[in-house]
Amino acid sequence: MSILIDEKTPILVQGITGDKGTFHAREMIEYGSNVVGGVTPGKGGKTHVGVPVFNTVKEAVRETGATTTITFVAPPFAADAIMEAADAGVRLICSITDGIPAQDMMRVKRYLMRYPKDRRSMVVGPNCAGIISPGKSMLGIMPGHIYLQGNVGIISRSGTLGYEAASQMKAEGIGVSTSVGIGGDPINGSSFLDHLALFEQDPDTHAVLMIGEIGGPQEAEASAWIKENMTKPVIGFVAGLTAPKGRRMGHAGAIISATGDSAAEKAEIMRSYGLTVAPDPGSFGATVAEVMRKRAA
Amino acid sequence: MDVHEYQAKELLASFGVAVPKGAVAFSPDQAVYAATELGGSFWAVKAQIHAGARGKAGGIKLCRTYNEVRDAARELLGKRLVTIQTGPDGKPVQRVYVETADPFERELYLGYVLDRKAERVRVIASQRGGMDIEEIAAKEPEALIQIVVEPAVGLQQFQAREIAFQLGLNIKQVSAAVKTIMNAYRAFRDCDGTMLEINPLVVTKDDRVLALDAKMSFDDNAMFRRRNIADMHDPSQSDPREAQAAEHNLNYIGLDGEIGCIVNGAGLAMATMDMIKHAGGEPANFLDVGGGASPERVATAFRLVLSDRNVKAILVNIFAGINRCDWIAEGVVKAAREVKIDVPLVVRLAGTNVEAGKKILSESGLDLITADTLTEAAQKAVQACQGAKAAH
Repeated sequence: MSILIDEKTPILVQGITGDKGTFHAREMIEYGSNVVGGVTPGKGGKTHVGVPVFNTVKEAVRETGATTTITFVAPPFAADAIMEAADAGVRLICSITDGIPAQDMMRVKRYLMRYPKDRRSMVVGPNCAGIISPGKSMLGIMPGHIYLQGNVGIISRSGTLGYEAASQMKAEGIGVSTSVGIGGDPINGSSFLDHLALFEQDPDTHAVLMIGEIGGPQEAEASAWIKENMTKPVIGFVAGLTAPKGRRMGHAGAIISATGDSAAEKAEIMRSYGLTVAPDPGSFGATVAEVMRKRAA
Repeated sequence: MDVHEYQAKELLASFGVAVPKGAVAFSPDQAVYAATELGGSFWAVKAQIHAGARGKAGGIKLCRTYNEVRDAARELLGKRLVTIQTGPDGKPVQRVYVETADPFERELYLGYVLDRKAERVRVIASQRGGMDIEEIAAKEPEALIQIVVEPAVGLQQFQAREIAFQLGLNIKQVSAAVKTIMNAYRAFRDCDGTMLEINPLVVTKDDRVLALDAKMSFDDNAMFRRRNIADMHDPSQSDPREAQAAEHNLNYIGLDGEIGCIVNGAGLAMATMDMIKHAGGEPANFLDVGGGASPERVATAFRLVLSDRNVKAILVNIFAGINRCDWIAEGVVKAAREVKIDVPLVVRLAGTNVEAGKKILSESGLDLITADTLTEAAQKAVQACQGAKAAH
């Protein structure tokens, strides 16, 4: 098993006729993802990369039965695309877009609250690499071949650092159940905590690697939750030990602005809640391997 | 994005927040003219830089005559003002703000911030105006008044009233403060603010409430729909290399070390810097070349990194997803031909089309050091850096 997506998950691509949408829809289909349609307002009725295109998400859901969507929509329209999908009843919405205004995401989060919990969509991202359940389905922009299928879950704010971890694990012969990129923005659709809870429930996930960055309260919140609720081992890492205070390090969310925001403080918090912290970003593979060995013993 | 105090005040005033009368000046003569136009006989001449704590650093001068205004402007303009928030190099003062200095009775604090934990706007107020908010939070957290705004409906009058009464204001002052609190919120919301700090917010003898200082930051991601704010950008306030990088859509932040970094992805860029430190070196910069890095972008990245004279070695670390290693390799080769790279160069490629990328590098005849893993790359970069230093 895996979390969020598998080979059956019916996927829509919002913005499928754009350059990025076209390229990544093809890549996903080639990987084996079950892409059932696309949405581009005004292009409804056409066929693109072998799947039907619709004008609205509601129409696409009605015709294809899609439960999941990935949005390749420019920042000014990205929040609208997420809300359209939520309103159409899509269960999982993955937003790749980098550059969505924070106030737009605030409104998106508020908008999702109007649905009762059992009908509320899960949003992954924005500004993320997406989700992959290796060997089954890819809902994102990652290079699929660097992931080995297996039993370790990955949750990462950074896309490329998530790739780095997966490839180090592959070199150690360790595979991934599902890898989730939650994105580098200050306000994410879903947090470490949301996905940790899913991994805890997934019988095929035996351990979780959680890769954080400077800035924001998410890593600390997740660590506290882990101590209380998680039976599986969690390996942690926080990038940005060398980052100066008050400077935005690329990601809109990666800025040390409050106490507890720095990499050293977050790593210490993780340790205090019983996580195994990778000593440096060159040791993801070795640290995960060590934890898996201990678990087997 | 940050703006100057006078720009923040003009913006706030346009939303109905009361501010003292003032005018910006680029020369001592203009400063005197501004004082004559403003009238009165007591002015503040304030250095305009993107940093706080100016008062303690001598960046704000109180003047009683036109000559004093001229002298104050002459002293401030053209110098680099160093405050506890600027770093040791300070920030250049290219404009001063001349303001009527009205006497006031009380100093309060009013701030708005995008709260990441609550994922909402938080309004913070305090009777301890003039003090650093971090200091108040640490010493007397009970002195902070806080309200969280429900995004669907925005800040409500009753919330502003609650703040105003807790600030210990009389009824006349409360009605002025409620207007200020509501209007400043509208400015924050309608301009995509991420931080607004009015410190101090002062109460005058005749029960007026004025924003005596204002600091405002905006969401870079929202500048596409806030042209008026984007136009306020003052490039003199940022590091020249960072400004140059921004022009090329590269993310560059200069640091104090000796190993220049060119990486794709913000998280991997931070991790690469951390790995250099772990291997015993110091990174010279953060640089994210982003997805879809063309040969031109890579060449620009090399130019930027090499313009830092402390750089003794360069580490290129690319984990290609959307990028392809062969494109990056072509970029490195092109850059090496166009830009004179006179320091050791360590290249680590991984991900999409890695074999093709490595082949391009090895066939280029370039003098470079290759590495397969992040750890190996950082160690080789640190060794190369030490070797280069020993050779000099």
